[in-house]
Amino acid sequence: MTPPLNELWVYLSTSPLLGLTLTLLAYQFAFWLYRRSGMNPLANPVLIAITLLVSLLLVSGTSYQTYFDGAQFVHFLLGPATVALAIPLYTQMRRVRALLWPVVVGLLAGSLTAALSAVAIARLFGASLPSQLSLAPKSVTTPIAMGIAERIGGIPSLTAVLVIATGILGAVGGRWVFDRMRVSDPAIRGFAIGVASHGIGTARAFQVSEQSGAFAALAMGLNGALTALLVPVLVGWL
Amino acid sequence: MIAALSTLLLCQLIGEIIARGLNLPVPGPVLGMLLLFVALVVRGGPGDDLQSTGQGLLQHLSLLFVPAGTGIMVHLHRVADEWPALLASLLLSTLATLVVTALVMKLCQRQPAGEAR
Repeated sequence: MTPPLNELWVYLSTSPLLGLTLTLLAYQFAFWLYRRSGMNPLANPVLIAITLLVSLLLVSGTSYQTYFDGAQFVHFLLGPATVALAIPLYTQMRRVRALLWPVVVGLLAGSLTAALSAVAIARLFGASLPSQLSLAPKSVTTPIAMGIAERIGGIPSLTAVLVIATGILGAVGGRWVFDRMRVSDPAIRGFAIGVASHGIGTARAFQVSEQSGAFAALAMGLNGALTALLVPVLVGWL
Repeated sequence: MIAALSTLLLCQLIGEIIARGLNLPVPGPVLGMLLLFVALVVRGGPGDDLQSTGQGLLQHLSLLFVPAGTGIMVHLHRVADEWPALLASLLLSTLATLVVTALVMKLCQRQPAGEAR
């Protein structure tokens, strides 16, 4: 490697520019593939973008911390985006009020199922305790889940990954499951996917319809709050 | 767009202050969402500016998960050791959650009104 090129790499690998640009490029490419596949849920753009980035970082020997120094600017937007979910929620308020009872009962049942079954199955298959605890908040949106994991003795960054995997699974499998169950109401489909798969499920639901998306956003917000209250209590009984 | 972004960040900031100040287990952005929701109810809806900025942010919500998800590279060892248990838990629990939530909602929706079937 010639010296100037080497210097260029030294600059790029320490500046946030590279991590940020790579994130946007990888996502755009992944989204392009997703569209070309006719929006096939298996070609989930989050999954493709992550696979691309991890391969690239491993091959180039770049640490995650270096990458995240740049990518944190994208990561930061999760906060304001969570706040912005109030807007579709407001737009769909009338529909939510009509479905109040199913929403309340569905939320309770779904939230408990998500946390308890995740820990029970992991335990059954012999996962270590930190892994079990990291799985407990897996259906909750990333910032909330990481906070819960920290509180109960899980590993926050492992939780982040498990949360995203859960989101992708729900986004990929939701349509299949609901079709098989003959659930056609977009409000119920959206709400169930929001409870099970938080923001990634919500993002997927928005691609299907505004109504589905609004119910998914509602479910994600409510489930985040409920799980944050329930899981620390439930873990005390372990 | 600047005004809309300020509104969103301000809601998040207030949410964060309340959550930390009162030591609540609920994260700041979620409280921020509730605050904005209440503000929208009081004001009777978002203006055009907030509507379009919010839509822009939410349209590519998936992008915002990419940086955290890439963090899997740090945990490749643990994942390699425990992948059968992790995979089983993720798959079965996500499936169970989808089914239970949708089923419970469907049953609840049918009962109270006692509509035809």
